[in-house]
Amino acid sequence: MTVSELVKKAELTVFAGSNGLNNEIVGGYTSDLLSDVMGNADAGCVWITLQSHKNVMAIASLKELAAVIIVNSGSPEADMSEQAEKEGIPVLGTTLGAFEISGILYNSLNA
Amino acid sequence: MKSFRADLHIHTVLSPCGDLDMSPVQIVDLIRLQNINIVAITDHNATHHGPLVRRLAEPYGIKVFFGAEVTSKEEAHLLCLFEEEEQRVAFQEFIDLNLPQIPNKPEKFGYQVVVNEAEDILQEIEYLLISALAVGVNQIEHEVHRLGGLFIPAHVDKPRYSLTSQLGFIPSDLNFDALELSRNTSTEVFLASNRYLKQQRFVRNSDAHYLSDIGKQTTSFNIEEPTLSEMKMALWGVNGRSVEL
Repeated sequence: MTVSELVKKAELTVFAGSNGLNNEIVGGYTSDLLSDVMGNADAGCVWITLQSHKNVMAIASLKELAAVIIVNSGSPEADMSEQAEKEGIPVLGTTLGAFEISGILYNSLNA
Repeated sequence: MKSFRADLHIHTVLSPCGDLDMSPVQIVDLIRLQNINIVAITDHNATHHGPLVRRLAEPYGIKVFFGAEVTSKEEAHLLCLFEEEEQRVAFQEFIDLNLPQIPNKPEKFGYQVVVNEAEDILQEIEYLLISALAVGVNQIEHEVHRLGGLFIPAHVDKPRYSLTSQLGFIPSDLNFDALELSRNTSTEVFLASNRYLKQQRFVRNSDAHYLSDIGKQTTSFNIEEPTLSEMKMALWGVNGRSVEL
């Protein structure tokens, strides 16, 4: 599944990094501790979080993640969006909480 | 240049996790006993006890800075220090504006009380002080510096509630005055595991929650007089000022 397919399916907002919408999704990781994501997320994962700091993009890039989803109607800080454009990693948004959007992603990947 | 022994991270009974013995009167007794020259009163998301501690400590020549250990939106703890009452009041307004109104449950989290010098309770803070403000690290840094204060991310070596645990690493463009290291590490050990850090402005404090913690860890400032601007010069190592950990 590509990021753009997930955007349609889960009705996500695309905040930034639309040049990465064709990234292939192989899994997901849900966490708000950036140190945890740095240690444990795998390449190609979609990262589900409420964090919106620029460091999110540095870690997403380091771990070669497919996209980031900000939950609970949150939105990225301005410098996070800038970084997303540069990295080509989409930053997406949802009104849902982490539990619900993780469930949708999990079911989509295991359908 | 004179040497001033500083403990810039002390909680009081106002912090829900602060021991009930941590009243301003008893804290000042301990500061005197420990021969500390400069302190900052830094409760979780609250500045209320600073003025009383200053009034009690001043006759002994002890310099007291106002402040708080603020929890950012990312749940990183940040020491924010101020010199003047007007700055403290303005910063307290900033906290009040951004702290979510979650009622405290004293039996679960601890009491959040403001007391006077007779240790009578003057006020009980209704909202949970250990929750996170609705603003991020960068916005808090801007506000502290706009008001003329010092911005020191707390216990950055800790695996909980620190800039490093919450944000993975210390943002390279974050405008901090110093980084605080906890009692559990040294600058050498911390720098060895964080090689990306270009600067070395550090302080170490007790993070006292109990009377017996006060002064367990201090930082010495070689400065002319105990002011925030002198301490800033010491942290940058300019004009003959310096810091000893």
